[in-house]
This record gives sequence, structure tokens and C-alpha cells, in this order.
Amino acid sequence: MSVNYGSKRVVTGAHYGLRDWLAQRITAAIMALFTLILLAQVLFSKGPIGYTSWAGIFSAQWMKALTFAVFLALTYHVWVGMRDIWMDYVKPAGIRLVLHVFTMVWLLSCLGWAVQVLWRL
Amino acid sequence: MTELTKKRPEFRNINAFKDLTTYRLPPAGWVSILHRASGGLMFILLPLIVWLFDTSVSSEISFERFSGTFALGLGFVPGWFFKLVVLALIWAYLHHLIAGVRHLYMDARHAVSKEFGKSSAIVTLVLSIGLTVLLGAKLFGLY
Repeated sequence: MSVNYGSKRVVTGAHYGLRDWLAQRITAAIMALFTLILLAQVLFSKGPIGYTSWAGIFSAQWMKALTFAVFLALTYHVWVGMRDIWMDYVKPAGIRLVLHVFTMVWLLSCLGWAVQVLWRL
Repeated sequence: MTELTKKRPEFRNINAFKDLTTYRLPPAGWVSILHRASGGLMFILLPLIVWLFDTSVSSEISFERFSGTFALGLGFVPGWFFKLVVLALIWAYLHHLIAGVRHLYMDARHAVSKEFGKSSAIVTLVLSIGLTVLLGAKLFGLY
């Protein structure tokens, strides 16, 4: 067992195994389901896909709510995945912490932008 | 006890240029590393994905800019390069999705035999690359 207290405390570990493992799978299932729902709407729309039919898919209130939930699922999913990548390849705690913070800022910025686009539709 | 006919190479502290080029990955290994690579790629290109969403749904004018970017390019970025990047995104999404479904299936069914690992990995690679070629041909206007 590695030392994990005092000055040796691990600052950037996962700490909580099962919870994130499960969350990554549940969010993945939500996104896969969303892909099918979106695909079905595109395939069953009449005529060639133009602006009106494409934006129309996202302007339904239930679709907005669902897309919003999917954005949140995506953000959490990518956070778990990217954190795993950094933890596998980057060992020094300082650099790893910087990369973790960069990942959070990158993800939350994109989330904010996507939510803004969605709710002004 | 039978003696090993050949001493197998050991890999510790592998050298990216010397060892990785001779390292023969099984199909499941390719699916695994590509799952990670495709995920990382989509993370890096996430702002582009949101931009695609933004311009395609926000207004008629932005939709024109969206489709115009594929045809004519944007700023100093030519259209074909833009299409190539989007094609990479298409591959990344397809591979990540199919490999992910394979993961979920294995978790749910406890299907972890060596044979199933290999056959499902091959199916994943064939499906993701096949669909990418199909959609890529459409993207570049071959049909």
C-alpha cells in the first residue's frame, strides 16, 4: 500500500473507483441512446436536410431538455476518460494537476457555449 | 516440463521509436488503444464540435456559413482540409461508440473469453472503418 497521508498525500488520483467507473458507463449509454434518437429524427424527416428541418429537431422542448442532459453526461464522461489518460502517462503531480485543471476549464467552457446555443434556439 | 523454444522479448521502459514499431498488437489491443486515441482526439476538437453545432442550428445565416465552410473553407483553412478534420471526427466517434458498446456488452454479459475478445474486436474495426469510408465518400461528394 502506498503512503497517502501528510505530505505524501495523492492530490490527483481517482480515489473513488466504482462510482466513476459506473458513471462512465451510464453516461456512455445515455449518449449512445441519444445518437439513435437523433439519427431516427434525421432519417425520418421529409425531404433533404436543410436549416429548418435540422434546427427544428433541436427546437422541440423535450429535445432541448434531453440534449442538455446529454451535454452534462458528455462532460462527466470526458472528464473521467481524460483524467484516466493523464493519470496513466503523466507522473509528476504538479504537471498532472495543471493538466487536470486545463481539462476542467476546457470542458466547462465548451459546456457553457453548447448550453447557450441550445437554449437560445 | 517442456522448454520454451524461443525466449520471448521483454518490454520494460519501451522506446517509442524502437519497440513500438516492432510491437505486434492483437486486434483487441488495437481497439483498446484506438478507443483512447479517438477519445483524446474528440476532447481536443471539442470546441470545433460545439462550433459545428452552433453554426448549424443558430440561424439561416450561420447555417450558410456552416455549409460554406465545407465547400469553400474558412479564412486560411481550405474546405478539403476542413472535411478531412471532420472525417477524422467521424471516425473517432464511430470507433469510440462501437468499441464502447462492445465494452458495455462485455460488462453486462461477462463475455470475456479470448475468442470473443478477438472476434468482437475485428467486428469493431471493420464496422468503424467501413462506415468511415462510406460517410467519407459522401462527405467528399463521391456519390
